[in-house]
Amino acid sequence: MPKTPPDLRRPGVSRRGFLQGSSVVAGSLGIAAGAAQAQDSMPSAEARTITMNVNGKVRSLSVEPRTTLVEALRDTLGMTGTKIGCNQGQCGACTVLLNGMRVNSCLTLAVMAEGAEVVTVEGLADPNGDLHPMQAAFAENDAFQCGYCTPGQIMSAIACIDEGHAGDEAEIREYMSGNLCRCGAYPNIVAAIVQVRDSQQG
Amino acid sequence: MKRFAYSRPTSVSDASDDAAEDGTQIIAGGTTMVDLMKIGVLEPEALVDITGLRDLERYEVGADRMRFGALAKMSTVADDPAVIDAFPALSDSLWKAASPQLRNVATLGGNILQRTRCPYFRDTAYAQCNKRNPGSGCAALDGGETGMHAIFGGSDACVAMYPGDFAQALVAFDAEVTTRGPGGTRSIPFADLHVLPGDDPHIETVLEPGEIVTEIALPMIPAMRNSFYMKARNRESYAFAAASAAVGIEMDGDTVRDVRIALGGVAATPWRATAAEESLKGGPLTEETAREAGRIAFQDAEPLEGSAYKIELGADVVAGALMTAKSRMGGE
Repeated sequence: MPKTPPDLRRPGVSRRGFLQGSSVVAGSLGIAAGAAQAQDSMPSAEARTITMNVNGKVRSLSVEPRTTLVEALRDTLGMTGTKIGCNQGQCGACTVLLNGMRVNSCLTLAVMAEGAEVVTVEGLADPNGDLHPMQAAFAENDAFQCGYCTPGQIMSAIACIDEGHAGDEAEIREYMSGNLCRCGAYPNIVAAIVQVRDSQQG
Repeated sequence: MKRFAYSRPTSVSDASDDAAEDGTQIIAGGTTMVDLMKIGVLEPEALVDITGLRDLERYEVGADRMRFGALAKMSTVADDPAVIDAFPALSDSLWKAASPQLRNVATLGGNILQRTRCPYFRDTAYAQCNKRNPGSGCAALDGGETGMHAIFGGSDACVAMYPGDFAQALVAFDAEVTTRGPGGTRSIPFADLHVLPGDDPHIETVLEPGEIVTEIALPMIPAMRNSFYMKARNRESYAFAAASAAVGIEMDGDTVRDVRIALGGVAATPWRATAAEESLKGGPLTEETAREAGRIAFQDAEPLEGSAYKIELGADVVAGALMTAKSRMGGE
């Protein structure tokens, strides 16, 4: 593709922009309002304000299109519980729940999370300080050594049970394969998940 | 990541118009796109986010056809009991790919268009890559590591492997894709979507600028119900295929009436093993005939020094997949 310097698509220069621009000129007030809204979706590299519900609180923040969700959480919102490991979707350290589903926040563009509900490790414990059962189980089972992968492991472990993929240890290992632990705490991570699964069934 | 313009249109025609502009890429789940942008392999001037086209998330398993909107998620489809019942190989091919986190965002349309994992394509420190930089040469063929390269369909310009799993279930069972582009809507047999590298490995599909895959559909055929996707890889989970096979069988007593075989991890494009299928039709399916089918599937392979292992491994995988599919029928 041509490598032109990033003037980067000011609104109104594309075929679509031209057509929509025409309708604004010709249109009544009502049509103009509709077209103005459509302009928000026109290609632009400028920072924009997005709104997300993060751990139960509505947050508005300004992000560039190239800002990833984990960068927005850590750098813009100052929530450093979510870690950056490989930054390529291979290690799972950045795992958060996005609309209830575990995702790699390093591969998610923050602009694409507009309007989403995000849960990070900071959102798990009760406001009174009681740990989430998965956090408590990780502590009880020594499911970490250095702890760097742990926030991602815990988010992923909660989702693993919620998705119904914690049937036996083999299934847990398969469905936790997106979270790497270089300390090798895997047996204890599996034990923590089994403990929480059994306590929820009991 | 370099700066890029971003848009999130809410109609397919707007998305198609935006995507037709030079230097534009489409993003859906983003698991390939964001990764390749971070490592500098792709530097689009603009991204068109098509996840606002919510209608494309729908899918259905009907009596005559399965239809998947291009934005259906890998995890959703893999876990759907109706899919698992009607076409187990399709579910297998999805859940045996990537990781749970990736499958929760990766879409079926993006999955079929995923890019090669060739290390020389992905590492811009290598100047030679005809796919990334047309005319620059091929670092793999110029003395590189070739363990994860194609043994079918490669050319003197490129031996990159198509890495996908899902595509093998599609190509073996006569899938079609529907697209919408500046020229309107069209239907493309899945087997014709990807093109061999030839002299122009940077051209990977027949899709035109601005053409968006909107749907993937399959006719329901009896061999789907007795199907299996076997995947051999360097670790047990979350790895690309070293060799894989999507197979399905329909038996008439002890005789094979229909059989489908496609090969993953070995070819430049999704790869159907027609000769191996023909060797089984009209005869029995036994350990012996399954092994022979595996041998035939790889008889025309053109391995490189590092990829020769794929012939024996792939033949074993074909035979193993066929016998697993048969055992799942409750046969002998």
